[in-house]
Amino acid sequence: MDLISARRTGVLLLIFTFLSLLHGSRGEIPAKPAPSGVTIVPPIKPNVPHAYPEPSKVYLPVFTMDYPRIQIPFEITLWILLASFAKIGFHVYHKITIWVPESCLLISIGLIVGAIMHSVHEEPPAVLSSEVFFLYMLPPIVLDSGYFMPTRPFFENIGTVLWFAIVGTLWNSIGIGMSLFAICQIEAFGVQDISLQENLLFATIISAVDPVAVLSVFEDVSVNEQLYIVVFGECLFNDAVTVVLYNIFNFEMGEVVPTDVFLGVAKFFVVGLGGMGFGVLFGFVAAFTTRFTSKVREIEPLFIFMYSYLAYLVAELFTISSIMAIVTCALTMKYYVEENVSQRSCTTIRHVIKMLGSISETLIFFFLGVVTVTTEHEWNWGYIMFTLLFAFVWRGLGVLVLTQIINPFRTIPFNLKDQFGLAYGGLRGAISFALAFTLPNEIGRKQLFITATIVIILFTVFLQGISIRPLIEFVNVRRTNRDVDTINSEVHCRLMEHTIAGIEDLCGQWSHFYWKDKFMKFNNRILRRIMIRDNRAESSIVALYKKLELQNAMEILDTVAGDISAAPSIVSLYEEKKSSARPRKKFLTADLKNMHDILSKNMYKIRQRTVAFTGKHALPNESHSREILIRRHASIRRSIRPGSFQSSVVPKSHKYFSLPAGKSLDSKFPPVRLSNTDDQETMSEVAYPSRRSRFNQPSRSSSRAMMPLRRLDTLQEAPSVSVLDESTVEDRGRTGGGKPRTNSSSSDSRVPAPRRTFIDNDSSSADNLRNVHHEAEEEQPTSPPPAWAAESRDNASRNPLLRRPQWNPKGK
Amino acid sequence: MGASQTRSVHKYQDLVDRTGFSLEQIKNLHKRFQHLSGNEETISKENLDRIPALANNPIKKQIVYAFFDKRNQHQDEVGSFEEIGFEQFLMVMSHFRPPTLKTTEEEKEALRKEKLRFLFNMHDTDNDGTITLEEYRKVVEELLSKSGAMGLEAAKAIADAAMLEVASTNVPHMAPDDFYEGITFEHFEQILKGLEMESRMHIRFLDVDTTTMRCGKSTS
Repeated sequence: MDLISARRTGVLLLIFTFLSLLHGSRGEIPAKPAPSGVTIVPPIKPNVPHAYPEPSKVYLPVFTMDYPRIQIPFEITLWILLASFAKIGFHVYHKITIWVPESCLLISIGLIVGAIMHSVHEEPPAVLSSEVFFLYMLPPIVLDSGYFMPTRPFFENIGTVLWFAIVGTLWNSIGIGMSLFAICQIEAFGVQDISLQENLLFATIISAVDPVAVLSVFEDVSVNEQLYIVVFGECLFNDAVTVVLYNIFNFEMGEVVPTDVFLGVAKFFVVGLGGMGFGVLFGFVAAFTTRFTSKVREIEPLFIFMYSYLAYLVAELFTISSIMAIVTCALTMKYYVEENVSQRSCTTIRHVIKMLGSISETLIFFFLGVVTVTTEHEWNWGYIMFTLLFAFVWRGLGVLVLTQIINPFRTIPFNLKDQFGLAYGGLRGAISFALAFTLPNEIGRKQLFITATIVIILFTVFLQGISIRPLIEFVNVRRTNRDVDTINSEVHCRLMEHTIAGIEDLCGQWSHFYWKDKFMKFNNRILRRIMIRDNRAESSIVALYKKLELQNAMEILDTVAGDISAAPSIVSLYEEKKSSARPRKKFLTADLKNMHDILSKNMYKIRQRTVAFTGKHALPNESHSREILIRRHASIRRSIRPGSFQSSVVPKSHKYFSLPAGKSLDSKFPPVRLSNTDDQETMSEVAYPSRRSRFNQPSRSSSRAMMPLRRLDTLQEAPSVSVLDESTVEDRGRTGGGKPRTNSSSSDSRVPAPRRTFIDNDSSSADNLRNVHHEAEEEQPTSPPPAWAAESRDNASRNPLLRRPQWNPKGK
Repeated sequence: MGASQTRSVHKYQDLVDRTGFSLEQIKNLHKRFQHLSGNEETISKENLDRIPALANNPIKKQIVYAFFDKRNQHQDEVGSFEEIGFEQFLMVMSHFRPPTLKTTEEEKEALRKEKLRFLFNMHDTDNDGTITLEEYRKVVEELLSKSGAMGLEAAKAIADAAMLEVASTNVPHMAPDDFYEGITFEHFEQILKGLEMESRMHIRFLDVDTTTMRCGKSTS
């Protein structure tokens, strides 16, 4: 029901936007006096000349319209909106996007819009000029892929990636160009006037692969890391190579002499390496800058965008590869920046980068559809068909030959299936299209080139894009489970890496592990010192552990806060849409990745009500809530050290390895305590040693010291407390001391279930905890219920200090 | 010298069959072995401890120990050697041989199991078939020992959490008073089921002598 209505709304919005767009573009012709919609009160006749000013006749216009003034930004906004609505539309009914890539759908919508515009004789917006594309639309796309590039696999496969990106693109461009030139010599096609240089230029354009669609398919079926990263990296760097080649071939050359070839090669290296150099430079500067932004959190994200854009522009200034520059800039700064900035800024940065990138891409595909219909085409069967054929053949051949060469150098060689994935993943996309459109007008057959480019894009995007998922599943390409995100696997990844590095040292052979080791040492010793404010090397295991712990804290908070809204409010960038299509157990990774989001949405809000208003230039102060968070962690960690909870109540998969010898299981303690105040913490510190001494007989010392690591996948079910709930909860907390929370009182009315039954109970852990709480209360009906914390950590009889109300607004 | 040369070539052939290394790789490794042992027939723990490149490896002890562990010799023996010869050295190395294009799926599965066994043996120092919490903690501590500020507390907590994870994935319906003894090999396999090992547990053994191309960055 919801779905349908949401869809209907989406469609309505779409129609509305479209109508307004048409309306908007109709007003594009300023010469035409707009008869409708323009109401000027009172009517002014500016054309009537007046001999002398008649002030009495000119009234102050109450309502005026000045469309030309806002025309350009207005139309851009509407276009973006329309494209975004289209995107919403697909995901309302997400089954489509599983089978048909988004780019196909966007192009289709574009085709429809184009057809309508064509029928009303509208010109498409002149957005796709070379300037607009290269200065405004390309950078976000590249920044997006550069910033979200999976770093470790990339550097592990950097040789192969570069090999395919550079040599592969050269191979394709030259191969296709030469063969097309050969075809041009056949008189029957009537295209003898296309010179070799133009052919090469065209071949360069269409050899830029853009496998966005393929990558999302790869991600969904989780093909092996190597294949994924090679396709990813190839598309990224091959853009750079293509643009360089394009500039070389686009250069007016008279007679090609060997020097030109040599200069071309030299230019190639200068352009590529120069771009990288600038990228690294700006990346480090950006990282260094964020070291000092702790006091100006509100503009922190801006630095990232400005520096990357600056890198891009400076590279453009020197006509070196700006794509290389922005990619390396993003790669370089990412690591340091994310440690320097606050979590919020980090989230903002990621969101904005993703948003800009996807909007640019959406727009390009959308325009592709529009332009396909509205431009004039020059159709030449022979040339276009051969272009298709050659593009296909050379790509396939290239992958075959290049893998044969690179395989001996790879630890894990690409097998035939991988090669198929590589070759078939060569979709053409946005870059090709934009490059074709920016062809100089001097080229006689520009129309033919544009047509052929559009054909090849449509062909690959539609045919290959749609068929790649079934094919990949059919040939059964080696898969990798990339969703493993447990402490064990992290520990063992590290263990394996160290083992390999050690064994390599032992047998005196070096590979990337050796280099990684060297770099990490250099990084920790020098780079981090310079770049990062809080300079403490953190092992990835520890990082993951902290993440999981945070998540646990979150879960506890959610559970305790009672009334859990079932509506998932965690909206991530792209995790969310996938999770709806996936089975439930895979949510775990998405959850982990969303940790920051969840935290910023949940944790901080608790305090936000009480925080005073902030000035215009300051973000709401988050230090308080952060402090709470940290304290909570510390306290949880402390509370779970040996002996601190011997609860036998185990919600769902919540296990204990051992019980202290001689302890009966009937002592029912809720598994966690929740404390926000720091006096609480110190108290627990004080109360601690006695307990430890009592229970720390290591007769069977397994991990009694456990954090309540519950199954983490409950998070999606009950992801957050809505604002409403929070406010009510907080009000309750504020108003008071002895008043029991509605949650507990409502659970009082329940029939107390025997504890054992819900060990295997499949109901959500929220329920369990509520029951737990209820039981705990039943046990000691005399004790005053705490105002805030539903569970105290320990039994009151054991540690009376802890039975204090734990959320005490006066205390803070 | 000449006699020993022919003898060793003959011996190499045998090793090629047993370990799957190529002749060149074995020759290379033998060179390295001799370098490490100081031209002795056998190598001792002290020899390996002295390798400068290994000094910074946090799990150096485990790695060195793995070479002297009889369980890693593809035989059913337990215990540890005092000194190992080239054959044993090669056997341990052969755990990390990368698969070729010809390896079938079943073979890959077997290889994977072998590698897991190797890792398991690194944990299971007392060879009782389970990784107890103490053993796990020790490894995590070693892993984190080089990252400076991290104290033993964190390492312990992490090992505990990891242990809990194992327990909850493997014994989902454990009664509250059950005691999880430790990770058995089956459980170990279970928890690392989805983990990509292909890119992590392989070494590309070079066919050519590496001493001359130390600076060449490998492209893989």
